[in-house]
This record gives sequence, structure tokens and C-alpha cells, in this order.
Amino acid sequence: MSVSGTEIITATAVEIAELIASKQVSAVEVAQAHLDRIAAIDPSVHAFLHVDADGALEQARAVDHATAAGQAVGPLAGVPLALKDVLVQTGVPTTCGSKVLEGWLPPYDSTVVQRLRAAGVVILGKTNMDEFAMGSSTENSAFGPTHNPWDLDRIPGGSSGGSAAAVAAYEAPLAIGTDTGGSIRQPAAVTGIVGAKPTYGAVSRYGLVAFSSSLDQAGPFARTVLDTALLHAAIAGHDPMDSTSIDAPVPDVVAAARRADVRGMRIGVVRELSGEGYEPGVQARFDEAVSLLRDAGAEVVEVSCPSFVYALGAYYLIAPSECSSNLARFDAMRYGLRVGDDGDASAEDVMRLTRAAGFGPEVKRRIILGTYALSSGYYDAYYGQAQKVRTLITRDFEAAWGSVDVLVSPTTPTEPFRIGERADDPVAMYKADLCTLPSSLYGGPAISVPAGLGDEGMPVGLQVMAPVMADERIYRVAAALEAALNDRWGGPLLQKAVSL
Amino acid sequence: MPSITRDDVAHLAALARLSLTEDELEHYAGQLDVILAAVASISEVAADDIPPTTHAVPVVNVFRDDVVRPSLDREALLDQAPAAEDGRFRVPRILDEE
Repeated sequence: MSVSGTEIITATAVEIAELIASKQVSAVEVAQAHLDRIAAIDPSVHAFLHVDADGALEQARAVDHATAAGQAVGPLAGVPLALKDVLVQTGVPTTCGSKVLEGWLPPYDSTVVQRLRAAGVVILGKTNMDEFAMGSSTENSAFGPTHNPWDLDRIPGGSSGGSAAAVAAYEAPLAIGTDTGGSIRQPAAVTGIVGAKPTYGAVSRYGLVAFSSSLDQAGPFARTVLDTALLHAAIAGHDPMDSTSIDAPVPDVVAAARRADVRGMRIGVVRELSGEGYEPGVQARFDEAVSLLRDAGAEVVEVSCPSFVYALGAYYLIAPSECSSNLARFDAMRYGLRVGDDGDASAEDVMRLTRAAGFGPEVKRRIILGTYALSSGYYDAYYGQAQKVRTLITRDFEAAWGSVDVLVSPTTPTEPFRIGERADDPVAMYKADLCTLPSSLYGGPAISVPAGLGDEGMPVGLQVMAPVMADERIYRVAAALEAALNDRWGGPLLQKAVSL
Repeated sequence: MPSITRDDVAHLAALARLSLTEDELEHYAGQLDVILAAVASISEVAADDIPPTTHAVPVVNVFRDDVVRPSLDREALLDQAPAAEDGRFRVPRILDEE
């Protein structure tokens, strides 16, 4: 082969697909180069919970057969991908980062996996995550933390930290994550890559193990905005198997990413997502990025969204409430762990013992919090009030769309912290999601794109938020910013990371 | 906002079918107080006349054609069960002895 392993793993998804389509390299060689990379560095990064080498090579061979036979293949055929371990895939375990599902082999493919298979995408394996997607650091995985490729002592964000780290460490050019309160955007920001949460309902939740059903949404990670858009297009679209799936055409996010032009766009800077609690380095990179967007022809104004300050409170009541209901299904009866079934214990005893042994501390904390917020006497004050605040946050977005096309903010208030630093301080941990929560509660699309390095030399991101079903706008702005920043840096931000 | 006691946590854990140790009960009681204090700001919002949002994208009554399709394979499902017997899930006793 004329293309080296290093050239393959550092190539974009678009470049890999072109190399395969033009037969300069086979899909099998591409898969093998990534499997070799995983074998070499994943012992340090721990992005993957399960590597499916045989399955990946088999999928790659199918792509090579198709191209050899002259069959038309899609724009991502043969491109490897890392899949968050919360989406079910036949043939490999799904654990959701939890002991309660350890060893479980799902009996069906999620819609996301079906679409990836149809697109000829090669799934390398399942990535590490905070247990049941509850967390902002991937430290809540029952199988040990993932390390940030920029600094192995730091968190890679979460809950989709394994997916983000895999892409940032060149173990895969593409990854799928899920975002309930920021779990794609926040890890993308702190690992120096791109990550998008599509409009709620744009990507089917069929086969996505539920955490907070009114908020959960799967979405793409990649090292470039265009690659992210291509993956978004591959997984989005109506699915009759998910009754909350939106039955409308998918916005042309790929064309928007190629256009990369913000001339004439009106960009609103959210006043409430700055100030106290935001590190100076984060704020400085954000301000510089906004200046570049202005230089590129956008009109930038400040916008006030007064209810955004209540997003943290609303989210940390709504999400635990829904979680306490959703996780009731882990009852030790039909699948997963069963503890204490000695022939004498009752079903209820077995449930209590299994859930105590199978769930980690954060999951237990949220189940108890959610049970409290939903309990008689407190429902109106907590869950009910949080849902009303959710309406007010939505109204802030809708008011903003009267004067601007998109809203922007830093993706995270701080650089990624050190592993263990906030481990038993839940409120400090929750604040990592401060900027990403409003879009989650509203349901609109949002993306994080690298904005540079903070004062401690770690990556920080800029977030673009858009109206429901206007996903193309986040890609237009992100691509324009990426082009301007790459010009300034002389290449992608990831080139500044120490090589592993 | 009321303070969460160890007994409150024990009650909630019983409702949620979670067996917690004494240490966990104490630990979570303290932490729940801190979390509730952090989210308490939402109670300041005057929202009496605001309708609740239960779902980001309002969709109601979604139907699809009632077409007969294959179900998941029974053997494949039972193979992943903690215990199975005679083609069924085997569960611990659900009734009291008496």
C-alpha cells in the first residue's frame, strides 16, 4: 500500500472515503490501521470498552467487495467509527458503562447502527461513558475512567468521553455520542474536536438505552465540521420505531458545512453565558472567535436570555426524574445482573440487592433525587416547576430568533479538570454543563467547535445554537469559524496536542 | 426547602427498590441537601400562569400502519435472561409464603 498507517489515521473521513473509492487503499487496510492504533494507545487512553476487530474487518471487506464490483457506495463507505456503548448493536456487548448490564448481548440493532451499516461505515467498537450517560467526566463508568488525549491526567468530558477521546487520539475519524445535557458538546470542546447535538427528534432513539427520554439525542463527533455534517446526515431522518422522531426532511447540513459562509448572518452572543465562573482563558478564546466571525461578515449583537440562569436547576430536576422512572426497568428479571436469587429471597429483595450491586454512586444519587422530585407533596415544587421553567427557556430562544439567526457561547465555563478533582462533589460536576443545558431543554440543535487553548493549555470550544430543525445554521457558522481559525493556527487545533 | 434526613433517603430508596448501606444513607442525605439548594433557585421564578413543557418537540398521537412483522426471537431473548425455564423467564417468588 502506498499510504502509510499514520497518514490513514490522521486523515479526515472525507479523505479516507476518497482513498477507498479511488482504490488507493482498501477499507480493510483502513480498518487495520485504526485497530493497530487502538492496540497501541488505548491502554493509556481507555476510550474503548469493547473493540470488535473481527466485526470491523468483516464490514470493511464488504465495502471492498462492493467497490471492486463497481457498486455505488455512500460518502462514508469504509470509514471507521467508534460507537458510544449506550446504543445497542448485535454481536457485541452493550453495557452503558454499568455493572448491571455487564456481558449483555442485545438482540437487535438500534436504528443508528442500522443506518451506519447501510452507509458502509465500519464500527470499530463500543466506547466508554459515564454510567447510563450520567456525568460530565466519564469517571462514573463502572469500568474505569477515560483519559483526555491532551493530558492523560485530565478528564475527556462526558458522558460521551470515550467517543470524544477516540476521535481526538486518532483511534477513529468518526464517533457517535449521545447528548442529554451536553454529553456530546462538552467532551468535544475539552478534547479539541467537533461534536453536534442535532435537533431533538432528528435522530431516532430506537435502541438508545434511555436516561432522560425528553432530552436524549444521539449525534456525531469528528475532527472537522464537514465530517461531522456527513455523519449527521447519515444517521438523521424519520423512524417509525421512535414515536418522537420528527417526520420532516433532514436539513442539508452537508451543504451548509461546505458553504462555510456567515456573510449576512446575525449572531447573538448570550449575555447570561459569561461572567462569574467563566475562566479568563475560556472567555478570551470565545471573544477572539466571535471577532473572527464578525470579520468573516457576520453581524454580531448581544442578546439577553434571562431564564438561562435557571437551566441548571430545571435540568437537574427533570433529568433525574425521568432517569428514576427509566431505570426502573433494571429489575433483574429479564436481562442483566441478578443478585441474591437464593431460592428463598423474594423478587423485591432481589431487585433491591441487584440494583444496589449493579448501579454506581451517581446513578443511585440521581434515582433518589428523581424519586424525591416526583414524590407526592414535592412534585409541584420540583418537577412541575422545572417543566414551567423549561417553557420560559424555550420562550427566551424563540424571542432571540426574532433578532438573530443563531446564538453563541463558550461550550464549557472551564478547561477540563483533573481526574478525581470533582469526583464526590456533584454540584461542581454539574456546572460543567452550564452552557449546554439551555439547548437541551429547548430541543434545538447545537454544536461545539474548537476555539483554541485556555490558560492551562487545554482545548476549549465555542458553541453555536440554532432554532429547532434549523440544524444547517450551526454547521454554517461552525465551518466558517473552523476555516478562520485554521488559517490563523496554520492547521487544525489537534496538531498542537502532544502526540501519544 | 426542607432538609433531607437519613430516614427520608431510606424511604426514597425503598420506593426505588435500592438497598443502601448506613453509610450511603448518611452520605446521600447530605449530598441531596446540597443539590436541592443548588437547584432551589427555580422556585424563585414566578411561573403560576406558565404551561409546563413535557417534551421539546410537541408531537401527539403518532400512528403507523398495523403491519405484521417478525418479533424478536424468543430463544435469543431467553439466552440473555438471568434465569429461564421451559421457554419462559424464571423469576424469584413474587408472593409471600403465608
